[in-house]
Parts: sequence; C-alpha cells; structure tokens
Amino acid sequence: MGVSRRNFLNVLLGGSLMGWLASVLYPILSYLRPPKIPEANVNSVKVGPVDDIAPNSAKIVKFGRKPVILIRDDGGEFHAFSATCTHLDCIVQYRQDTKQIWCACHNGTYDLRGRNLSGPPPKPLDEFAVNIVNDEVFVSKPKQVS
Amino acid sequence: MAAKLSSKVYAWLDERFNLTPLIEFMRHKSVPVHKHTIWYYMGGVTLFLFIVQVTTGILLLLYYQPGVDSAYESVRFIMTKVHFGWLIRAVHSWSANLMIFFIFIHMFSVFFTRAFEKPRELTWVSGFILLALALGFGFSGYLLPWNELAFFATKVGTDIVGAVPLIGGFLKTLLRGSEDVTGATLTRFYGIHVAVIPAIFTVVLALHLLFVQRQGMHEPEYVRTLPPERKKEIPFFPNFLLRDMLLWLIVLNILLFLAVFFPWELGFKADPFAPAPQGIRPEWYFMFMFQTLKFLPGHILFLEGEVVGILFFGFLGIIWLLVPFWEEFFPAAKNKKFMTAVGVIGIIYIGVMTALGYLL
Repeated sequence: MGVSRRNFLNVLLGGSLMGWLASVLYPILSYLRPPKIPEANVNSVKVGPVDDIAPNSAKIVKFGRKPVILIRDDGGEFHAFSATCTHLDCIVQYRQDTKQIWCACHNGTYDLRGRNLSGPPPKPLDEFAVNIVNDEVFVSKPKQVS
Repeated sequence: MAAKLSSKVYAWLDERFNLTPLIEFMRHKSVPVHKHTIWYYMGGVTLFLFIVQVTTGILLLLYYQPGVDSAYESVRFIMTKVHFGWLIRAVHSWSANLMIFFIFIHMFSVFFTRAFEKPRELTWVSGFILLALALGFGFSGYLLPWNELAFFATKVGTDIVGAVPLIGGFLKTLLRGSEDVTGATLTRFYGIHVAVIPAIFTVVLALHLLFVQRQGMHEPEYVRTLPPERKKEIPFFPNFLLRDMLLWLIVLNILLFLAVFFPWELGFKADPFAPAPQGIRPEWYFMFMFQTLKFLPGHILFLEGEVVGILFFGFLGIIWLLVPFWEEFFPAAKNKKFMTAVGVIGIIYIGVMTALGYLL
C-alpha cells in the first residue's frame, strides 16, 4: 500500500507552508536580535590624581561601557570592582558609615574585597587592578584568577 | 426634519447592512439587579480609563521624542512649556495606575462571584491576557521619561527576565536591544508601548467585549436559582448605560483631582554611571513581586534566588490563568469556601508584600 495521493499532497503542502513560515520568521527574529557593536578594547583607564579621592570615599569610573567603583579605604589603600551588582544589575555605591559596598536596589552588601556579605547578591564583584603611577590612579582589567 | 433625516439614514443603512436584528438585540439586552450588581460596573470603568489612556497617549506622542538625549527633555518640555502639558501627562500617569487598580478589582470581583465558571472560561482567559498586557503597558511606559527611578527599575526588571531558564538571555537582549539598558532599550520600549501592545490589546479587548455581549451578564448562583418572577433586571439601553456614564464622570473627576493636586513627578534624569539611588522601586503593582525577590536569599538549594522567584511567579501566573479549569483537576475547587479562601490569601499576600515594600 503506497502513499495515497491525498497524503502526499498534504505532506507536500504542509511542508511548503512550514518552509514558507520559517523563511518569513527567520529574518524577523534575526532582525530583533541586536548586532554586536564592537567595543573598544579597554584594558586600563586613568582616573586622576591620587589626592582627588579622599580616604573613606569612592568614585564610579567609566571603564569602556561598564561602570567600575574605585574605593579608597581609611588606610588610603585603593580597591576597584565592577560596579554592577551581581544580583540584578543595579549600580552599587560605597557607604562611608558602614565602610561596605552597598546596592540600594535590594539591600545587598559586599566587603572591601568585593565578597558578597548579605542580601540577595549570589556572587562577589569582579575585582579590577589598581596601579599608582606618578601619583596618578589607573584601573585595569580584572585580575586573572590563577 | 432632523428625525426624518435620521430615519432616512437608518433606512439606507438598514437596507444594506440589515441592522434591525442588531437593534433588537440591544433593545432586549438587560442587566440583572441584585446585591452584587455594583461589580458589573468595574469592567466598564476599566474600559473608560483605557479610552482616557489612548486619548492622552496620542496627545503625548505629539511632543515626546524617544532617545537618551531627548526623552527626559521632551517630557520636561511637555510638563513646563506645552499648554496643559502638565495636565495631560499627569492624567496619563494617574489613569494608567487607576486602570490597573480597577483591573484588579474587576478581576477579584469576577473571582469571588465565580463569574469565570462555564460558559465564561474564555472571558476569564482573555481578561487575564488583558491584565498581562496592561502590566506590559505599565512596565514599558515607566521607562519612557528616562529618569533615574525608571532606569534602575528597568535594569532590574529586564535582568529578572534574563533569569528565566533557557530562553532568558535571548529575551533579555530582545527587550534591551543591547547588553545593557541603553538608548536602544528606550526605542524598543517606545515601539512596544505605542504600537505592539496597543495593537494586541485592542484585538483581545474586542474579543473580551464580544464574549460578554454574546453571553450576557453572569448571575451569581443564588440569583440564577430564583423563580423568574422574583428576578429583577434593568434594560442595558438606556438605564444601565446612563448609570455607567455617571460613574465614568465621577471617575473622570477623581482623575482630574489627582492630576491637579498630586501631579506626577519627573525626578532626575537617568545616569548610567551613577549608583542606584535609595528608594528605587517599581510601580506599586509590581511591588509585591519586587519585595518577594528582596526577601529571597542569594541561593535556594542549587538555584539562584531570583530564578526561584521568577519560576514561582511564572507558575502562579499560569495557575491564575487557568482558574476556570481548576475543578477539572481537583475537586476542592468546586468548594466555594475553599475558592474564597484562595482569593483572600492572594489579596492578603499582595497587600502585605506591597505594604512592606513601601515601609521597609
């Protein structure tokens, strides 16, 4: 018993319809996905003179298109972390009263080594390297974990 | 003279479109009168507020300019320079909130009076879709002024979408139009807010209203079982419609009162390189979900807290969509007291979480 003419036509027409739908939907779905814009490969950013940042304060630095928080602790030492909260993408800030990194969106806190201490953040903040060259502060790409 | 002309016009149209059965249908349309009749008006109020939204939305479109450098400025221009711009914007914002509020009232009144039961299952389903679309309206519209609060609320909201297992990453990029919330997100939200959702909403709303017209008003069980001589009803035209319109007038007055005395703030312009301000929060109708996420720890078993949260609310959403079909799966849903308890627990949960969101 071979394939009946009706079944053959159903499969042929159904298949063509699927093919047609795919050929319409594929370009639309591709169009919706934004193209990757090449990002200038930033490895290091010059922030400014050391004295511009007082001890126990912080500053948000533009690192390419990403925000990085540069903190100077009470002892005058610098720390830099990705300023994007690992919970839901808000931008964190330094709290002078608690001497911690704090996210106002959902009350998440991190210590000055970037480790998530309390609240919902699931992961620590990525750490950036800080170098002082001729009294100027430079922030560079995250330290590689060996 | 005028009467003669209108009867001529009617006769001309009737000859071509056979309007008489339609007029007969409307003439016989009636609304039951009983102690729960008040709830019949809630859908109408929601419809009225939607009409206000469409009208004020079109007016705002004349001056609003999407874009990182123009959105905030154009809304400020509307509020400070355009004649009555402050009023149109305030009415649009207040009416959006009242619309969602009345959708909730309408929905819970339908739930508690069991108006979703056979044969009105699809009216409930279409209503649920309208609720989801209205929330989409609120979420997309919130970002358009490009202010600080909206910027971070959108960052959080779209990042939550990113937590959906498997397709989250794709959906997040689809919504944001880039990796982060940027000008690309703004133009996408603008398109979604003024074109995509209105188009879908209008179709679903038309279906929702068609279902109501076709099936008539739902009667609670104790009314349905009354002998015909003890049932009371009023004609839809003009009795019910006039009452409807009186209520619309009252709502319009409340709306104008709110818009004039509690104008909607614009806040500060969004800065993608500034820390999130304290008191960052979404619109009140998302607050109970936002607050729940706040309470969740970083990890629950092997999943991230936010993934658990989004799965939980996604699951609840599907359960709520299927309310009319519950009794097919478990018999307890036939029990009125059980269902009332479910509704009350839902309202208490939403109420308590919303209150905590504002107090904590």
